[in-house]
Amino acid sequence: MTQTQALVRSKTYRLRPNTAALLAPAILLLVVFTQIPFVLTLYYSFRRFNLLNPERQGFVGLENFHSHLTDPIFWTAVQNTLVLVGSVLVITVLMGLALAVLFYQDFPGRGLARTLAISPFFVMPVVSALIWKNMLMHPVYGLFAWLAQRLGQEPIDWLAAYPMQSIVLMVSWQWTPFAMLLILTGLQSLSKEQLEAAKIDGANAWQEFRYIIVPHLAQTLSVVVMLETIFLLTIFAEIYASTSGGPGLATTTLPYLIYLKAFGEYRIGVAAAGAVFAVILANIVAIFVLRLIGRNLQGGRT
Amino acid sequence: MSTRRPRWELTLLAYLAAGIMFFPIFWLFLTGFKSEAEAMAIPPRLFFSPTLESLYEAVTRSDYGRHFLNSIISALGSTLLALLLAVPAAYAMAFYPTPRTPGTLLWMISTKMMPPVGVIIPVYLIFRDLRWLDNVWALALIYAVMNLPVVVWTLYAYFREVPHEIMEAARVDGASTAQEMLRVLLPVSGPAIASAALLSIILAWNESFWSLNLTAAQASPLSVYVASFKTAEGLFWAKMSAASMIAILPVIVMGWLAQRQLVRGLTFGAIK
Repeated sequence: MTQTQALVRSKTYRLRPNTAALLAPAILLLVVFTQIPFVLTLYYSFRRFNLLNPERQGFVGLENFHSHLTDPIFWTAVQNTLVLVGSVLVITVLMGLALAVLFYQDFPGRGLARTLAISPFFVMPVVSALIWKNMLMHPVYGLFAWLAQRLGQEPIDWLAAYPMQSIVLMVSWQWTPFAMLLILTGLQSLSKEQLEAAKIDGANAWQEFRYIIVPHLAQTLSVVVMLETIFLLTIFAEIYASTSGGPGLATTTLPYLIYLKAFGEYRIGVAAAGAVFAVILANIVAIFVLRLIGRNLQGGRT
Repeated sequence: MSTRRPRWELTLLAYLAAGIMFFPIFWLFLTGFKSEAEAMAIPPRLFFSPTLESLYEAVTRSDYGRHFLNSIISALGSTLLALLLAVPAAYAMAFYPTPRTPGTLLWMISTKMMPPVGVIIPVYLIFRDLRWLDNVWALALIYAVMNLPVVVWTLYAYFREVPHEIMEAARVDGASTAQEMLRVLLPVSGPAIASAALLSIILAWNESFWSLNLTAAQASPLSVYVASFKTAEGLFWAKMSAASMIAILPVIVMGWLAQRQLVRGLTFGAIK
């Protein structure tokens, strides 16, 4: 080692700040509020623990999990969760794609139109539940009821007659802008030359869309689907403020069921077991997203 | 940006789509300026004499100010705390990467993928024992943790673009790490700090799962207050709309400003 090399080395070494100390507070807080609580959730899930009778605690093995798996309510909640997430995914991706293609075009007032179209994403979920439940879907004073009457139809009590469909509509309205924004970002990285070349080759608008735009968007779409799934699996406020999981169990999803068990029935052990299921469900998707993000992290500057 | 002029039908369709998407918000705002009688009128009134009466009544209700203040404290407080923790972390990872850095970053992002139901029960019980339930600062702490990965990521992505030379120059001149961050890095990172803060404020302001479960009368932000209208069967639509309008307006405006950052922040660079 030459003297200069040694000097440079010692200098960079000396100048290198203590990165561990800089990272520690953030890591510590995340560990304390996400990792440790999850370990505790796991711990509770193997115990008998009811807040109304906190003295009577003990290890019960897999009993809490078993009680879920043998309870039709649990399966209804799982099914509702999957129906909600699946339907919203299909609707928001299709609508998002359509809107993104519309707003990709250059027309006067595009900025304003796009801004208006993404607004639903920024509405507090509780407020959007109230808007839809009261002012749009109310069977007597709602706008839809009035429209139905104008068209000579019987007004429908949407949240009573089609509860899940109503929630799907409400949540799709909120999440379509998210899909649209992401797809629009993906579209804007599409090369103009490719589109021009296709046009010269005589491709019509549909062919251009089908053979150039859609393949180009494949990765964007998979990101939209995965991220939305993770966020949609946690939907709570919309249901809380509109149907409270009803009528019956029609809109009780897994998060809502866990909420009911924990804060309605105070059955901590059973609720924790449900939460473990919810985390597993989310992690199945999260693994794929993280792999994708990880790949992008390795590959050069983002 | 596309340079092609679309056909007028497609332009019309775009306007129509924007109108439909925005309509529920427009209708809420409209109702906020109606009297209670007009809010329930059938047929629904598009034209009416606007009144500030419902707005006034909603805002002057004794507890509205408290909920509004709680929203401000939890959104701004959590954002400040998240920034305080995220700036050093992002700085360390962006300028002094080690072989473990991608893993650390990915791990931070992974905590954002944890469903809140997976952790709320222990957090609730711990807060109960600490007497932190219905405490707005405790809520702010939770929000800070919730938004930390997004803030770290947004700052990290920006810091990586900052030329290392200017940092090195400062270091050679004998600046300490803290000075380097405060005097060199932060002044050139305004846009990144602003977008991270905007995103964090929006997410915290609109959050309702934690606030509904951890707060009650004292510490609850507007999300919880507005949710209390869920049982008000029809009678207070104008007041409900007015209260909701104030609750969502600041964040909608911030959202308009933060469209691009939203994509970057919430996708963690998965879409370029």
